[in-house]
Amino acid sequence: MSALVSLRNLRVSFDGQAALRGIDLDVAAGEAVGLVGESGCGKSVTWLAALGLLPGKARVTGSATLQGQELLGTAPATLDRVRGGRIAMIFQDPASSLNPVIRIGRQVEEALRLHRGMRGAAARAEAKRLFDQVGIPDAARRLDAWPHELSGGQNQRVMIAIALAGRPELLVADEPTTALDVTIQAQILTLLQDLRRDTGMALVLISHDLGVVADSCDRVCVMYAGRIVEQAPVARLFAAPTHPYTRGLLGALPPLDGPRRRLAAIGGSVPEPWAMPRGCAFAPRCAERSPACDLAVPDAVHLASGHQAACIRATAMDLLKETVAA
Amino acid sequence: MTPMLEAKGLVRRYAMRRGLMGRSVEVRAVDGVSLSVERGRTLGLVGESGCGKSTTGRLVLGLEAPDAGSVAFQDKPMPPAGTPAWRALRSRMQMVFQDPLGALDRRLPIGAQVQEPLDIHAIGEAKDRPARAIEALRAVGLRPDQAARYPHELSGGQRQRAVLARALATEPALLVCDEPISALDVSIQAQVMNLLMEQQERLGLGILFISHDLRAVRQVSHRVAVMYLGTIVEEGEPDAVLHDPAHPYAQALVSAIPHPGRTGNRIVLQGDPPNPADRPTGCAFHPRCPVATAFCAREAPVLKPRNSDGRLVACHVAQGDVAPAVTQRAA
Amino acid sequence: MIRFLGSRLLRAAITIVMVVTFAFVVLRLSGDPAQIIMGADAPPEAVDAFRAAWGLDRPVWIQYFHYFGAILQGDLGRSMRDGRDAIVLVAERIPATLALTLPALAIKVGLGIPAGITAALHRNSFIDRAVMMLAVAGFTVPSFVLGLLLVLVFAVQLGWLPSGGQDSWRHAILPIITLGIGGAAVLARFTRSAMLEVLGQPYIRTASAKGVPWRAVVWGHALPNAAIPTVTIVGFMVGSLIAGAVVVESVFSWPGVGRLLVVAVANRDLAVVQCILLLVAMTMVTSNLIVDLLYGLLDPRLRNQPKRAAGIA
Repeated sequence: MSALVSLRNLRVSFDGQAALRGIDLDVAAGEAVGLVGESGCGKSVTWLAALGLLPGKARVTGSATLQGQELLGTAPATLDRVRGGRIAMIFQDPASSLNPVIRIGRQVEEALRLHRGMRGAAARAEAKRLFDQVGIPDAARRLDAWPHELSGGQNQRVMIAIALAGRPELLVADEPTTALDVTIQAQILTLLQDLRRDTGMALVLISHDLGVVADSCDRVCVMYAGRIVEQAPVARLFAAPTHPYTRGLLGALPPLDGPRRRLAAIGGSVPEPWAMPRGCAFAPRCAERSPACDLAVPDAVHLASGHQAACIRATAMDLLKETVAA
Repeated sequence: MTPMLEAKGLVRRYAMRRGLMGRSVEVRAVDGVSLSVERGRTLGLVGESGCGKSTTGRLVLGLEAPDAGSVAFQDKPMPPAGTPAWRALRSRMQMVFQDPLGALDRRLPIGAQVQEPLDIHAIGEAKDRPARAIEALRAVGLRPDQAARYPHELSGGQRQRAVLARALATEPALLVCDEPISALDVSIQAQVMNLLMEQQERLGLGILFISHDLRAVRQVSHRVAVMYLGTIVEEGEPDAVLHDPAHPYAQALVSAIPHPGRTGNRIVLQGDPPNPADRPTGCAFHPRCPVATAFCAREAPVLKPRNSDGRLVACHVAQGDVAPAVTQRAA
Repeated sequence: MIRFLGSRLLRAAITIVMVVTFAFVVLRLSGDPAQIIMGADAPPEAVDAFRAAWGLDRPVWIQYFHYFGAILQGDLGRSMRDGRDAIVLVAERIPATLALTLPALAIKVGLGIPAGITAALHRNSFIDRAVMMLAVAGFTVPSFVLGLLLVLVFAVQLGWLPSGGQDSWRHAILPIITLGIGGAAVLARFTRSAMLEVLGQPYIRTASAKGVPWRAVVWGHALPNAAIPTVTIVGFMVGSLIAGAVVVESVFSWPGVGRLLVVAVANRDLAVVQCILLLVAMTMVTSNLIVDLLYGLLDPRLRNQPKRAAGIA
């Protein structure tokens, strides 16, 4: 199966400081991939870089292809057709992601005009249909509302309607529910799942919350300090987390049942970009650190079908386990 | 034994103006909340934005005066704000906010900021205070040499530790934490929760832990109260409320917790979080409630023990007073 | 809306009363108009007669109330110098002033706003630095210095343009440029920072992410938002159309309202000074009111917010 989007050795630096240190990632058509990590790990930067949305001072190298077409360094006109047309993106804070001085209907119609050549009454009718599709009540009247008149959840639905306007093959949702209340988060996640089922588009869900990703994705990539440290099908990641960081993240999540124990917090904090260790970036916080960890950045090791981890100890341990199993 | 902190029937109203030219509307942010916190115990207060949980936190600290109701701390009523007695109480009750960077003074090293409450309340000998400040930093897992650091030189988790060190320096009896971990990364959240529980054990702290995160609340609390639109709708042991929520709102909250390997369907509530300026009649939750009846729209339920197990719940249906409405709405 | 306008008008009225009172107090306490107008060696009887004729012999607070009562009836008084109605004297000068300030306003807006936008769009580039350097120079150099510099270069050295007077349109060029440059510099800096602020907003990223070409992002998404703060400054400039040229008119001996004000203050010609101040206060207040209304037009968030729908299906 060839990938819809392929990132190869994607690197980003700001003012000489690396934010992304070599991302390799494939997203297949119709697939839902979760990207998990803590703030500053580069999970948003990855997709902003691929779509050319980073500020001018960012240096981006590597490759990001959409069905074989290179996106990095492409002519703006080409990129504008991809953005919103083939890859759409929604963001964390829906209230400030919509233009405050433009009626929400017009913001949807703008995307319809750009990507589907629709204007006037046709665009308005389609915008109304999109509002209905994303569950905005009283859609016809809401077309003329301003962003500030809507709640955060409703604004996020408007953002999703804008994203759907270009009939994208991939929707990148960057922390789409972080700014929302718990019950509204559930609404938006359910909506995203329904839309993916109905339209067949692929979904990249960026989140700091393993639970959110687990709920809505087929495959999860865990990022740390600008690299993917582990990726696996979602069930496998939770059943057999291999990278110590992934295990740490799961251990830090307070359980919902069972006896209450002290949480297995990961000590220390993420290394600063200017003080990145030479070897494994997680080594300074890792309980299983060995001298070998500091020698070089560990490569991703294939562990099982679709399961890779970038940890030198993972190899030995899991190969052994698989050998025993065989 | 009477609880260390007891709040009864707290009400707080605000006048809110809509827009530039709008007329003002009365908003009841807190509408009859009673709660108590015991020594060495944590009460978790859960709810969504605008439910009045933060206002409740400020009311029990005496930072705001309630329009009705009373707060008693260690068996004495809360003195009026600004009086010497009220000021003296500040060292006994402390608050920790969501944003540690905003809570710290950017221009002062954290050591000085931790020492400040000791100076203000004249705790201990002046010459011993720097050492006590260092001790407070050490207790929350910061190194003595970090006392000389400025807030921006610390990571988010370290800043929240510094805030906690400052709050605990006066060895308070009560700590009100308003979303103390929501701005932090998952791994750091765990550090701060562990730290809170350690300090509670060390100092016998009573904690009011305000959060929207049920997972975190279960982890640190001995009791949990769920708030909706200014009132407590359910209260009980964390595991009881989490595993068998009685109030339909609590049920929805619990089912909305995202977690790996979920079994069963998520209850997706319709509609937006309610607007306190536009409070529905009867039970405030009825417009979003999957089982609400016509009676719920008329009569507001009161928080009282359920017959079966004594769980405190404010819901006509959960109390068995009315039969649940049949609905196809639940997704 | 009516309530909003009402409160604005009330505030405007209070502002005007304060300005008029302030002018009265300062002018009446800083010198004796009779002595100044009649001359130092005028006979005391003549000075006394002048005082009696103009009511200057009555207590100050009675003069104040008389003056105020007259204003309320639309009578702005007569010039003590030549006895003509103050309002006529001032009105005669307004066209001359507008002949300077209106073209200058066009320069401010036409030069300042595009320069600010260009600088913001090329942030930290050579263009940005050049524009900002010129802007800093433009508003740090006082207008009388700039005016004299221009006179030195274009009138004295090159002899291309006259240095003062009001005989032809050529006389207006230097004062207009002097007035325009300072304002353009202020506006450029202000527009640049407003634009930079807007360009950093998430909705600009959203627009790019949905495939809006960059030009359209700037014109359709950024500018309407950046216009909101910029309107304040332009409004202020409109408000100073009448009296913003005092210094420049003096430098170029241009017979406008500003020159009249300078002469009237020197003469303690109370009615004329107050008439001008009243006019200035009224233009200021009116332009502020217009700015407020424009805000409502440009920014939907400031309009009367309809009740947020509960959104229940």
